[in-house]
Amino acid sequence: MRLAIEEEACAHMTINGKAYIAGVYEHPTRKADTISLAQLHADVAKGALEDAGLTKNDVDGYFCAGDAPGLGPLSMAEYMGLGKLRHVDTTETGGSSYVIHVGHAAQAIALGKCTVALITLAGRPRAEGMATGTAPRNYGSAAPDVQFEYPFGPTVVNQYAMCAMRHMHEFGTTSEQLAWIKVAASHHAQHNPHALLRDVVTVEDVVKSPIIADPLHRLDCCVITDGGGAVVVVHPDVAKRLTRPRVKIRGAGEATKLQMGGRIDLTYSGARWSGPIAFEEAKVTPADIKYVSIYDSFTITVLMTLEDLGFCAKGQGGKFVSDGNLISGTGKLPFNTDGGGLCNNHPANRGGMTKVVEAVRQLRGEAHPKVQVKSCDLALAHGTGGSLGTRHGSATVILERE
Amino acid sequence: MATAQRTIPAPQPSPETKAFWDGAAEGKLLLKKCRACSQVHYYPRPLCPFCGSDATEWQPAAGTGTLYSYSVMRRAEVPYAIAYVTLDEGVTMMTNLVNCDFDRLRIGQKVRVVFSPTDGGAPVPTFTPA
Repeated sequence: MRLAIEEEACAHMTINGKAYIAGVYEHPTRKADTISLAQLHADVAKGALEDAGLTKNDVDGYFCAGDAPGLGPLSMAEYMGLGKLRHVDTTETGGSSYVIHVGHAAQAIALGKCTVALITLAGRPRAEGMATGTAPRNYGSAAPDVQFEYPFGPTVVNQYAMCAMRHMHEFGTTSEQLAWIKVAASHHAQHNPHALLRDVVTVEDVVKSPIIADPLHRLDCCVITDGGGAVVVVHPDVAKRLTRPRVKIRGAGEATKLQMGGRIDLTYSGARWSGPIAFEEAKVTPADIKYVSIYDSFTITVLMTLEDLGFCAKGQGGKFVSDGNLISGTGKLPFNTDGGGLCNNHPANRGGMTKVVEAVRQLRGEAHPKVQVKSCDLALAHGTGGSLGTRHGSATVILERE
Repeated sequence: MATAQRTIPAPQPSPETKAFWDGAAEGKLLLKKCRACSQVHYYPRPLCPFCGSDATEWQPAAGTGTLYSYSVMRRAEVPYAIAYVTLDEGVTMMTNLVNCDFDRLRIGQKVRVVFSPTDGGAPVPTFTPA
């Protein structure tokens, strides 16, 4: 039961319409052998601010996550010369952090804590030769789960693979259905000159690529790339002064999905909770959405997220993504028109930022003409950070072209 | 049959989990049960993650369960099977499947605990077809 005071608060406390995305930038590099991590952050910050028509001296709020070096906002603000900060936020939920940051930036702006919020992401796992997906990750013995998981060899791939295996068992999902997600991404990536993988692939290509961890094939996995991206979120008064197309933040939702003391259910993600929060705040439904950016660390991530966000019923994701339904121009729900993490870019092994960037491109009408969605006035971006197979943070934002 | 076995890294116990790993060294799989809410949880903690009570106590598990999900890591020097097993006590735990044919595994099959040696630490609870 809601208290009266909560009802009143709910009526007023929304970010719907309280902030705009004014600038976005995706670093063109995919291998940063000669660029430091700090410079990558500074490069993407400069790019997004220039895109907005602002400068670093306008920034009074700064958001970064675990990929930022040193003391995060302190080290990076110093390096970039951000001298007017009055709000910082280092929310860390892995690759979904930057989608959460968009919502948090809107909250801070709505409360008057800042007017121009900069969010940056950068990394260089490729230059550093990191075995991102296939080497077991040890987050350190202080993490309470590590002693009960690390000995068993949890890698990024085999954890997501266990979700896929269970989904196949419960709902009859097939490798061919999952492959359609990669096929759609590759159709989009062929038009992106910066994409790491630009060749169009077929369902057969995907299911005949080597198995990495059953049932996921090499082509079910995202790319490993260097680079980064940045987003600038501003107060409506600032947005009105700028000349770029205005992208309004309509709603945001976040959730954590955990192992809950051993009550593990791998068939759904935290999108089951973050999605409805965002839709309710935006006052729209999945049927209203013209374009989606869905975190695509693996094909299974997309399939489960689409179900959990309500684009199809639970268990029907396999049918939903098949036969090109996610391909712009032919399918009903165009997704990841930059080629996504599966083909284009997954900088720092964290794909949330590029999800927001491509959604903004679509809403501005600045996606590649071959993949631009017609009359794209409402878009959704979703991030999944951590692991679907253990614990993860989910974040959903709904954006509107004004 | 998968013959070669991967070297399993040693678990790094913390003060509140020492009993779990001491039990493992004796071939016993211990779970934490809460006296306040009567619920079993995994991985073990002093404070119940369901009701928050600190009245948790160790109890031995039967050591049997069903395979909830698994994946054979083919892209590894020695392929291995990671899995989630749902114990008869109701909790699901991450583990490895050992001494079995990886190509004949199926979700829902009965499994039983067998402790596997680690690289210089306590043995870890792994499972094999029952």
